Amino acid sequence: MKQLLLAALAVLLVCFSATAQETSIQPVLQEHQETILKSSRKTIGPAIDAIAASGLPQAQAVLEAWANKEMWSRESDGQFFKGEEAEDKQVRLIDFDTGDVVGAIAKSDLKQLKPNSGIRAMISTALVRFQLMDPDPAKRQDALTSIQRDPEASLLEPLRASFESETDPVLLAQKQRLERLLTIGYDTDTSARITAIDDMSGDLGVDLRATLNPLVATTRAVAPEAVPEGINVAKILSPGEDDFTEAQAYDMLVAKGLAPPRIPDDAIRNALADNISGGRVAGFPLAILDNDENRRAAYIRLAEEGLAPPFVTEEQIQASLGQHVFFDSYADRSPEVTEAAVAALRKIDTKVGLNQSLDLVLDALSLASIYFLAAIGLAITFGVMGVINMAHGEFIMMGAYTGYVVQQIIPDHTISIIVAIPLAFAVTFAAGVAMERLVIRWLYSRPLETLLATFGISIALQQLAKNIFGTQARPLTSPGWLDGALVMNDVVSISYIRIAIFVLALIFLGVFLFIMKRTRLGLETRAVTQNPRMAASMGINPGRVNMLTFGLGSGIAGVAGVAIGLYAKVTSELGSDYIVQSFMTVVVGGVGNIWGTLLGATMIGFLQKGIEWLNPSNTLAAQTYMIVFIIIFIQFRPRGIIALKGRAAGD
Amino acid sequence: MQRSFIAKNPSILIFLALLALFTLGVTVLSEGFGIGVISTSFVKTLGKTLCLCLIAVAMDLIWGFTGILSLGHFAFFGLGGYMIGMWLMYERTRMIVVDSLSQSEIPATQSEIVDAIGNQIFGVVGSSEFPLIWIFADSLFLQLLMVVLVPGLLALVFGWLAFRSRVTGVYLSILTQAMTLALALYLFQNDSGLRGNNGLSGLQNLPGVTASQDAVSMWFLWASAFALGAGYLLAAWVVSGKFGSVIKGIRDNEARVRFLGYSVEAYKLTVFTLTACIAAIAGALYYPQAGIINPAEIAPIASIYLAVWVAIGGRGRLYGAVIGAALVSLLSSWFTGGQAPDIPLGVYTIKWVDWWLVLLGLSFVLVTLFAPKGMGGLIDLWTDRRSPDRHGADLGPDAGALREQEAEQ
Amino acid sequence: MSTLLEVSGVSVTFDGFRAINNLSFSIGDAELRAVIGPNGAGKTTFMDIVTGKTKPDEGRVIWGEKSISLLKLSEAKIAQAGVGRKFQKPTVFEDQTVEENLTMALKKPRGWMAVLTYKPTASDRAKVVDLAKQIGLTDALERKSGELSHGQKQWLEIGMLLAQEPRLLLVDEPAAGMTPEEREHTTDILLEAAKTRAVVVVEHDMEFVRRLNCRVTVLHEGAVLAEGSLDHVTSNQDVIDVYLGR
Repeated sequence: MKQLLLAALAVLLVCFSATAQETSIQPVLQEHQETILKSSRKTIGPAIDAIAASGLPQAQAVLEAWANKEMWSRESDGQFFKGEEAEDKQVRLIDFDTGDVVGAIAKSDLKQLKPNSGIRAMISTALVRFQLMDPDPAKRQDALTSIQRDPEASLLEPLRASFESETDPVLLAQKQRLERLLTIGYDTDTSARITAIDDMSGDLGVDLRATLNPLVATTRAVAPEAVPEGINVAKILSPGEDDFTEAQAYDMLVAKGLAPPRIPDDAIRNALADNISGGRVAGFPLAILDNDENRRAAYIRLAEEGLAPPFVTEEQIQASLGQHVFFDSYADRSPEVTEAAVAALRKIDTKVGLNQSLDLVLDALSLASIYFLAAIGLAITFGVMGVINMAHGEFIMMGAYTGYVVQQIIPDHTISIIVAIPLAFAVTFAAGVAMERLVIRWLYSRPLETLLATFGISIALQQLAKNIFGTQARPLTSPGWLDGALVMNDVVSISYIRIAIFVLALIFLGVFLFIMKRTRLGLETRAVTQNPRMAASMGINPGRVNMLTFGLGSGIAGVAGVAIGLYAKVTSELGSDYIVQSFMTVVVGGVGNIWGTLLGATMIGFLQKGIEWLNPSNTLAAQTYMIVFIIIFIQFRPRGIIALKGRAAGD
Repeated sequence: MQRSFIAKNPSILIFLALLALFTLGVTVLSEGFGIGVISTSFVKTLGKTLCLCLIAVAMDLIWGFTGILSLGHFAFFGLGGYMIGMWLMYERTRMIVVDSLSQSEIPATQSEIVDAIGNQIFGVVGSSEFPLIWIFADSLFLQLLMVVLVPGLLALVFGWLAFRSRVTGVYLSILTQAMTLALALYLFQNDSGLRGNNGLSGLQNLPGVTASQDAVSMWFLWASAFALGAGYLLAAWVVSGKFGSVIKGIRDNEARVRFLGYSVEAYKLTVFTLTACIAAIAGALYYPQAGIINPAEIAPIASIYLAVWVAIGGRGRLYGAVIGAALVSLLSSWFTGGQAPDIPLGVYTIKWVDWWLVLLGLSFVLVTLFAPKGMGGLIDLWTDRRSPDRHGADLGPDAGALREQEAEQ
Repeated sequence: MSTLLEVSGVSVTFDGFRAINNLSFSIGDAELRAVIGPNGAGKTTFMDIVTGKTKPDEGRVIWGEKSISLLKLSEAKIAQAGVGRKFQKPTVFEDQTVEENLTMALKKPRGWMAVLTYKPTASDRAKVVDLAKQIGLTDALERKSGELSHGQKQWLEIGMLLAQEPRLLLVDEPAAGMTPEEREHTTDILLEAAKTRAVVVVEHDMEFVRRLNCRVTVLHEGAVLAEGSLDHVTSNQDVIDVYLGR
């Protein structure tokens, strides 16, 4: 009774507040006391709105306390306070209006308000309008994020109102962008929405597409005879055309209860099975029911006897379809808006398409640089020296494992990478020299046997790596400054690690060109590969040159291994994953020419990405098609893109 | 000079006699028909080994005699297995389905049966539709025809493309390897129509056969032995006559053969396709004994092992290929099967499961370096067959080509 | 004497180097012709073009009475049409016997089906024996040709060429590395062969050319410098300048 009285008083006070300037928030709270205490998501709306709309500075504190489960209700009079838990199961109450401590009260005499997550979300929406004008920029930012996550029509006004007081230009730009988006989605004025759409069209933001897409989303519906009034129709459909099959259309009719369900084959079967009597169904012997025609005839007879739902014939289906109209409709009632949205989206799509192509190009470039890295060592050993080294992939793997081991010893990733690169070079250089001295030099001019012997080394090395490091993938962590990506807009981005690999590939190209064209070793290498006997008679030691050149090619493979290890997981199969592609790169490019290898890597990289883009679900198929393409490509250019001609090619 | 083909090649008779003796011995010792000394699983291993010997003969024909190091013949082997596997799997599933449907009171329609089979077979890849390539799966005869036709056609098309553009030597090897890789990757997809990486399974059960695996394994051993004998005979006949002269000529000096007026491409294509068909038949006999086939079997590594067998056995002689394939594959299954005793070294115990591949790889290097003729070379020592003195010049396709280059300069 | 082979206006460029420059050449049935020239004159490339190994950038190569263009044919088809070629270094199939080498070269159907089912007839064998006699290898029929001496290999190759029964024989330095007696024998074989067919001999050795006693074509920088009897060309001032004078 007392509470009722108080409530009445509160109502009175609220009415008062409309005219006289009210300074206390307690009456507002009291007015909605019941709903607040009931704390149900369905009914709480008006209470939150009332608090937020009170225009009082305390409203924000109240909402925050409420959302944080810090609002308590005194059971004696129903007054709401902010509460802080104190000793002895007591709670210190603080008045919302004055901020003074009212006193501590036993917990048992209080009721803590524990809004559920749904209510908390509503409260935080209400809070947004306060936060938008909060002096703390971080809070304003939070508010914007919250709006983006959960846009609502009611937020449009507070958002617009907060422009004036905004001092931070970045935040102001964000607010204005958000206001445009909310206008598109929720403004009541159609022309304002269209203006906003036109303003924004061509923008690549994901948020804009997220705003526009619901506008142009369609729902498929069916109606008897004609499309009902007041519906924003996107398209009238005719069954059997435009990916809208008659079966789908009829299923829609059935779902709406506009037609009797069609009787599927297994239903016929079940109905027949239920009605077997004396080895017959509806007079048909069981033995002849092993085809659809007889089964249907039996079923129709069953249906005639009332033992099964009537059979729906194809004619009936056609007739039903003819009596109804099928259409796609927009949720938004205004055709102008949806039209503008469709146009804007089309414009955006074109732009997104362009940007996606750019992204694809960047992707392909980085894949190409990985292939180039993997193949450049081969370009030396296979391309220049003509030695086919099937263990090249295992040298890449050795480089990657070297990086991994170094990281186990040196925890700092930057330093460990700086140490790992020369170390990987040294390790694989040594391995390459050892292999050249022990195996390959006995097999020059017998390429097929070199292929097999190095393959033997390859399986031995692979198994050795498996025995030492186990079968699971080992991580090779890139330094922190290589994390993240260079973001150009919402469509185009490229990770720093890929840029680093690209740069590394360019450096390697430079190193290769320098060594081959500007150093004594390069000169001697070219001399020895072109005519070993002549070179030897000019005082060059072919054995030494071959050894060093092979070591160089292997060492580069090791460094490539570190780079590839950063990008992919290090396993004992790392090398064999790249070996076929590497050989393809060299062969497609043209043996004996580094620019050919570069072109080959570019072609294969672009090709693979291109095919993946055409058939995005399936990288396996993409690789298959790529290899098939390469086989066909070699038909037309058996010597690769850049082919040596004439006698130098040496048939 | 006019002697019969067998008389000219006494090694063929020896080989066939040994093969017959081996088959008879296994039969007598088997569980199915003999005293049961050899377990059925080992009979299967032996039967599979015979199939591997057959594909090694094909490999020797293409590599040892024609000089084309194909790293793709296991693709044909696998395809042959897939082709016969399709029928085995279809027919067995059909029998099970028909059996279970006949339990119900209303007889099943044809489409119900086919749908049920489809569900059974393709359930694992989330489909129930029969892809187009299964169109002949219900007919044993047609599917047996496919065993030869499909790999043969693939070899024909691929070989025509490759040889026409005069891709030779190492390039051709890499190209064949790429072909295998492409095929394996394609089959790994779930929508390839051949159950993706699940492959085809349950192939050891012959539909409609009630005999035990003990007996079935012996049937397959006999069939494999017969196929090996026939394949060996065919290969020996092919290489013994003028055709053999021409392909050996292609191996040693392709350009010279061309200037003699022989269309080198046609010969290469013939041998390539023929060996692909032999490989496919070997595969069709192998996989019912293995019981399961999946795309991993076609991976490029398998074809390289094939080259390893032939090289270790000794290429350019058919029995060498057989010896190499039998020895290495049996040793390999002995080592990797965990039967080989571990070697304790105090601080470290050598487990052969882990170290066998290292051993194989290294021994392969050693064979290439020190015994390029492989184990067949040992038989040469025994029979005192000497190769011509070439004044230090080396035999072989590439060395031959080198001489030709020098000749032109 | 009708023209068997006519090469006209042929040019080939390798990486900017003009190996053959507007070369024209023709030879009739049953004619012996020597082609001489300094290194790099394009002798081997000329043979490559005729046998189909190298495709020229421009020009025509016309063959036989039906005037077939050889440029459209593959090496094998050209060989089947009747052009035989002997390389500078002996290229016989060393892993095979002399008999097998000769049998392979015999003029018989070249298709793989025919070859696979080929069974040597009595006349084939007689032909092989006869050829072996001509080239002095009767005793060596069963030997692997890799075991033969250098000169014997040269003859075997010539024997294989004869077995092909070509209408045009292209012979690249047949006498290189032979003893004087062997050269004489070689000369005899070539002269004998030239009675029934056209023979083009590329040679450095003037003595050998003199012994052939035939028309001589001098090549220089990919073009014909002079043509005529050996005495005629050796007195030509251009020839002396570029070739003999040095």
